[in-house]
Amino acid sequence: MSNASSPAAATGRKCVARIVQLRKTYRLGNGLEVHALRGVSLDFQEGDFVAIMGASGSGKSTLLNLLGCLDHPTSGQYFLAGRDVSRLDDRALSSIRSRYIGFIFQSYNLIPQLTVIENIQVPLSYQRRETPGGRERAIRLARLVGLGDRLHHRPAELSGGQQQRVAIARSIINNPHIILADEPTGNLDSATGAEIMDLLEALNRAGRTIIMVTHEPDVAARAHRIVRLRDGRIADISNNTPLPAS
Amino acid sequence: MFRRLVQKLRLGVSSLMLHKLRSALAVLGILIGVTAVIWLVALGEGVSYQAQQQIKDLGATNIIIRSVKPPQESSRAGGSFFIEYGLLREDYERILANVPTIRRAVPMRELVREVRRMDRVLDAKVVGCTADYFALNHLSLVRGRFLADLDDEQLENVAVLGHKTAAVLFPYEDPIGQTVQIGADFYVVVGQTAERTASAAIGGSLEAREYDTDVYIPLSTLRWRIGDMVVTSRSGSREGEIVQLSQITATVQDLDEVDPTADVIRTLLEKYHKVADYAVVVPKELLRQAEMLRMLFNVLLILIAGISLLVGGIGIMNIMLATVTERTREIGVRRALGATRQDIILQFLSETVVLTGMGGLLGVALGFLCKPAVIAIRWGMQRILPDVMATLPANIRNLEPRITLWSIVVAFAISMVVGVVFGLYPARRAAYMDPIEALRHE
Ligand SMILES: Nc1ncnc2c1ncn2[C@@H]1O[C@H](COP(=O)(O)OP(=O)(O)OP(=O)(O)O)[C@@H](O)[C@H]1O
Ligand SMILES: [Mg+2]
Repeated sequence: MSNASSPAAATGRKCVARIVQLRKTYRLGNGLEVHALRGVSLDFQEGDFVAIMGASGSGKSTLLNLLGCLDHPTSGQYFLAGRDVSRLDDRALSSIRSRYIGFIFQSYNLIPQLTVIENIQVPLSYQRRETPGGRERAIRLARLVGLGDRLHHRPAELSGGQQQRVAIARSIINNPHIILADEPTGNLDSATGAEIMDLLEALNRAGRTIIMVTHEPDVAARAHRIVRLRDGRIADISNNTPLPAS
Repeated sequence: MFRRLVQKLRLGVSSLMLHKLRSALAVLGILIGVTAVIWLVALGEGVSYQAQQQIKDLGATNIIIRSVKPPQESSRAGGSFFIEYGLLREDYERILANVPTIRRAVPMRELVREVRRMDRVLDAKVVGCTADYFALNHLSLVRGRFLADLDDEQLENVAVLGHKTAAVLFPYEDPIGQTVQIGADFYVVVGQTAERTASAAIGGSLEAREYDTDVYIPLSTLRWRIGDMVVTSRSGSREGEIVQLSQITATVQDLDEVDPTADVIRTLLEKYHKVADYAVVVPKELLRQAEMLRMLFNVLLILIAGISLLVGGIGIMNIMLATVTERTREIGVRRALGATRQDIILQFLSETVVLTGMGGLLGVALGFLCKPAVIAIRWGMQRILPDVMATLPANIRNLEPRITLWSIVVAFAISMVVGVVFGLYPARRAAYMDPIEALRHE
């Protein structure tokens, strides 16, 4: 299954996610078809930090949504944690999301009526098994992202950068295999964006796999690899920095 | 599991607090519905309880046979101005002899007479009766003794005074051992009964019975001293009535013997009475009246409760649909973070149930105001529309609502069920949103 775009074999690292010939076609009401993805194959290894770039409409978000198990591909396969999840039903996909995936959104998407610590804990309430010490863990993560003194604030009382920190803490509370971020710095000024990227980099150094969509070259420069999409196809993959030795 | 449920409910409460006024308005229908259920059940129970009390009073196993003046002026005396009608002593003997289900029959004759004590006078109801009469009517004594069988056999001139009779004739003294005068005869007072509330009327056939202005003397003494005839002067002419017995109260053993026995008595009396100069009344009849009234309340209950709960439910559904739309983004986020459709359904359903549950609790609280409300309404009516009040039947005028536990439980449960039923559609709508679309929602 490995091809030129797959460095997994080369590095010998564990592959956490692999997509094979992924296609996504949207059928519009008037019979027209939009080919958002036209056969994309990629491997993601443990500890990878991938930036996905491309023009608007090139299929970045579509790809990320498929990686996030929020949607079914029209065709192709998606292996996550060793199994093909591309045909699972809604319930199974929910469970996959809850166990293996962390989301970070451009517009933070915190739940407004919940406090910081409650927001961080939301993914735990959807775990099959109850996590003991979830609250303590949430407090630890809040400290980790630098919000130890804002535990009981609500999102409206936080700045954009702070909200995104909460979202990052939320995205890792369930120990996901991959973290998916769709333009995490898109709503932030460059200084705050850089802080957020520092945080993501730190997470990646700690071993987390991150797949991030971005428009900004200096944000993409922080990743190990940059995947460029054009019209639903991979146009180019470039390696920024060598992967740190395992 | 339990912790998660508590967590869900807490979440529900906190979301509802976001829109206090909106939530309050949404539950108004539920609140009214729950209150209506509790109130109407309480009123129905009040009527039914009242009837049961009255039946206990009159004796559910009793059959009351009364003399009734016939409408047409026919007379067995043959053309004189005396009208003879009503129950005969022979009827009493016949009933006792021919109706085996009767355990006891108590005859009674009553007439209004002037009763004197020195210069004090009272128009009292003179009741000729036997010893059984006191037990039958649950009369109790404050002084002295009741009439005894021996008094009747020996035609003693003894009397037991009703509460008010004693108070009027003997305001300062103990009446026992004193004499009162009825007509030309003197009677020795041997007892005085305690105050007793009047018994209920049954439709048109049995009037309410006051006991407090009674004077009880032995039945045989009454026959001997006063006789069967009552003469009344009316606009110059004199008119007389000859009545042997005013009432016979027959008691049967079992409740289900009441109706057949009453039928037997009717057939028996029909044979000897050419005209309908008597009535057979069954206190159980009160129950039927009460049931009618309760049915009326129940119809009202179903109507009002049904309408308000339906309207309330639709109100709730409307609010929840708005909430779901408003929180589309949140739903998308929760789905992305691993919530299944079922999780989302449970979340919104518990929110709805919390909402209707709060409405239900408020409704229960208002339900407890039923009694004060009835008292207030009655007081107000008495003030403003005393004439209207007077025309109302006694069982409505004196209605005491009785709040029952089951009505509270049922009403509250209904509010919960309304929450689930009307919450299900919005919750499903939330759960079946496309998570990607939901995340993009502004
Ligand atoms: N639900 C949908 N129905 C129909 N077409 C869609 C849908 N979602 C995306 N598309 C189309 O698929 C294509 C890829 O969209 P996508 O959102 O992946 O682009 P993108 O690379 O994320 O763009 P941007 O940088 O603007 O976010 C676009 O042409 C878009 O119009
Ligand atoms: Mg996009």
